[in-house]
Amino acid sequence: MIDVDAVIIGGGIVGASAALFLGKAGQRVALLERDFCGSHSSGVNYGGVRRQGRPLSQLPLSQRAHAIWAQLPQWIGIDGEYQRSGHLKLARSLDDWRALQDYADSSQGFGLALQLFDRAQLRARFPWVGDVAVGASYCPDDGHANPRLVSPAFAQAARRHGVQVHEQCAVTAVEHDGQRFRVLTQTGLQLRAPWLLNCAGAWAGSLAAQFGEPVPMHSGHPAMLVTEPLPLVMDASTGVEGGGIYARQVARGNCVLGGGQGFAQDESRARPGQGAVLDILRQAVELYPFLQGAQAIRTWSGTEGYLPDRQPVIGHSRTRPGLLHAFGFAGAGFQIGPAVGQALTEIICSGASTTPLDAFSITRFHSISAA
Amino acid sequence: MKPVVIIGAGPAGIRAAQTLVAHGVRPVLVDESARGGGQIYRRQPANFKRSPVTLYGFEARKANALHQTIDELRRQIDYRPDTLVWNAEGGALDTLHDGRAARLEFSRVIVATGATDRILPVPGWTLPGVYSLGAAQIALKFQGCAIGERVVLAGSGPLLYLVAYQYAKAGATVVAVLDSSPLGAQARALPGLLSLPGTLAKGIYYRSWLTAHGIPVHQGATLNRIDGQRRVQSLTWSDAKGQHPLECDAVAFAHGLRSETQLADLLGCAFAWNPLNRAWLPIRDRACRSSVAQVYLAGDGAGIMGADAAELAGERAALALLEDIGHTIAPQHPERLERALERIGNFRQGLERAFAFPEGWPAGISDEVMICRCEEVRAGDIRQVVREGHWEINRVKAHCRVGMGRCQGRMCGAAAAEIIAGESRREVSDIGRLRAQAPIKPLPFGLEIEA
Repeated sequence: MIDVDAVIIGGGIVGASAALFLGKAGQRVALLERDFCGSHSSGVNYGGVRRQGRPLSQLPLSQRAHAIWAQLPQWIGIDGEYQRSGHLKLARSLDDWRALQDYADSSQGFGLALQLFDRAQLRARFPWVGDVAVGASYCPDDGHANPRLVSPAFAQAARRHGVQVHEQCAVTAVEHDGQRFRVLTQTGLQLRAPWLLNCAGAWAGSLAAQFGEPVPMHSGHPAMLVTEPLPLVMDASTGVEGGGIYARQVARGNCVLGGGQGFAQDESRARPGQGAVLDILRQAVELYPFLQGAQAIRTWSGTEGYLPDRQPVIGHSRTRPGLLHAFGFAGAGFQIGPAVGQALTEIICSGASTTPLDAFSITRFHSISAA
Repeated sequence: MKPVVIIGAGPAGIRAAQTLVAHGVRPVLVDESARGGGQIYRRQPANFKRSPVTLYGFEARKANALHQTIDELRRQIDYRPDTLVWNAEGGALDTLHDGRAARLEFSRVIVATGATDRILPVPGWTLPGVYSLGAAQIALKFQGCAIGERVVLAGSGPLLYLVAYQYAKAGATVVAVLDSSPLGAQARALPGLLSLPGTLAKGIYYRSWLTAHGIPVHQGATLNRIDGQRRVQSLTWSDAKGQHPLECDAVAFAHGLRSETQLADLLGCAFAWNPLNRAWLPIRDRACRSSVAQVYLAGDGAGIMGADAAELAGERAALALLEDIGHTIAPQHPERLERALERIGNFRQGLERAFAFPEGWPAGISDEVMICRCEEVRAGDIRQVVREGHWEINRVKAHCRVGMGRCQGRMCGAAAAEIIAGESRREVSDIGRLRAQAPIKPLPFGLEIEA
């Protein structure tokens, strides 16, 4: 029997950063990962490190994460190819353009420092953007990073702070004896802790349900692809208002593009799907004409948890004291993840998060599950 | 009705098509090349006029027969040359032909995707003038040109001697043949090789022909490095007696072949570790059925057995398919085919002993050696990731990009696996399998899409 202060289920960026910050705060922590840390959504996502476009309720957490990203090498020991390239959100219609203007208005005061470009300004500033864009909103300090490196590095850093990291270690049973959680794993580990953190991503629903608070979560599988290395052209990470294609170019020259949905192969693996891949190949050349004739060399997908309002669940369980949830990031958990880890650490170490989490309470689904 | 589809018009695919047609089934035959024949019986461009004997030597009769078959079949099948299958999902294949993407639904599919060389890099292998053995042979067969004027052929496997023979016969100077298999391995393998005396005799013939023509053949010879300013100028090899420099202007090397298994993977076939091939292969039964009901596997794409076996397996797979769709097939002929395949399988065991895999290869490779050309990942980069605690090949790929580039690990995957196994002190069978991902080969932006 291993006694710790907190058991964290899920070695994605949320679980691993919680492990890191708890470990740094002197807590005894066990991080359990069914596969390898950062090998699912946290490690295979698009790699956007973006505040722009998030619901206003997420912006305080997102700003907090922004400060962590600013010092990434100090936290995780590598730069993770993180660059503040700026994030450019394109509008393809006047309605979308107005939506960008509205967002710029309503997000004032959160520190995003958005700049609006009309068609002519956009052409002058980002000549590689295609004519289909009628305007754009630019967030200069947003950027992108390599999720394959960043997310596992949080787990490695946690390990350096004394956290027990158990990979290929699926949880088979969770019980509560009235005082503490008892967690059993497939590998035969038995752990006991007063705190249990449910950071199991798209697979977090079953634990929530076990403690009497089921959530209507479904899985999404974003389609993504990467080109061979190309001359450096894109000096910003990009997205499109209303959804569609997102794209960035890494220092090596490869362009990473995403858009549309793939499909699940089984419970844990997904593929991008040929329909979505072909759609990206066709649409991308309208938005980024320089891609005409370039070659896509690889495609992939992942498994992300979505709640109906596309907002995550973060914070206390209302049925079981000591249980904290943090899941359902709707494909947008990479940037915000480290701040969630910090907020969970504050709850455990000082009783409450200094960043408001009310909007993300699991109680918003209690009436649904009771119905 | 959805058609039966065959992927690959090499020996396996052509015989499969012929068998289906003989039973009244009209298949779609998709092939990446412009003209059928596969790699081993690759056809020269239509305006080239060399004779089959010049091109294929002993195998001229087989090559001829196969080419004749595909020519006759053309009108009886839906033949689609120059067509890449880049993905498979949901009971359909995704194809690319002439810049147009299309979907090809199938009722059943025979996968006959063939093989490429297995490359174990050495310092200097990315210099211009260095080829794989298979590529050196294609240059000769298809384009009628040699890779250089003073050529060294190195590595192991039957192709080594065949290519040396073909090059010398075509008039190139073969400076040396460097066979990494230890002296005496071939003698020890003899019992297994005797199961196919004809094939063995051909191998012996190539060897003695080379010797009779004064071409040095060295056994137990390791290619250490290839040097040159802008292209190959020399190399160094070693044996028990020491290191030997050699001047040359081109090198071809490989250590046997590796199966092209990506489509079988995307089609959902179960894989198992195959010690003989030292690779993960899609599982197939004696009748060439895969683990997926609609998918059949024939030829070198599901394990290296050579062109003769590919023809037999193509026919066997087609007969299994016909049986599965309700045709009555008398059991004698399929049984004969299976017995013949078994004999070749025994011979293949002997070949593996004769051309043993150089297990010491990773230990002799310094950190600077480039393993993954596409992503420029060196042996040291891979080892560094392993030292950080990673050992599963897909994880190592995620951390250092090995196998992540243009070729998707088709060229570097085998070598990367050996390096990972060596550094993590695990068996190469215990480090997982590189997962296939579409597209199998690069796909251009701006392609047209068939509705």
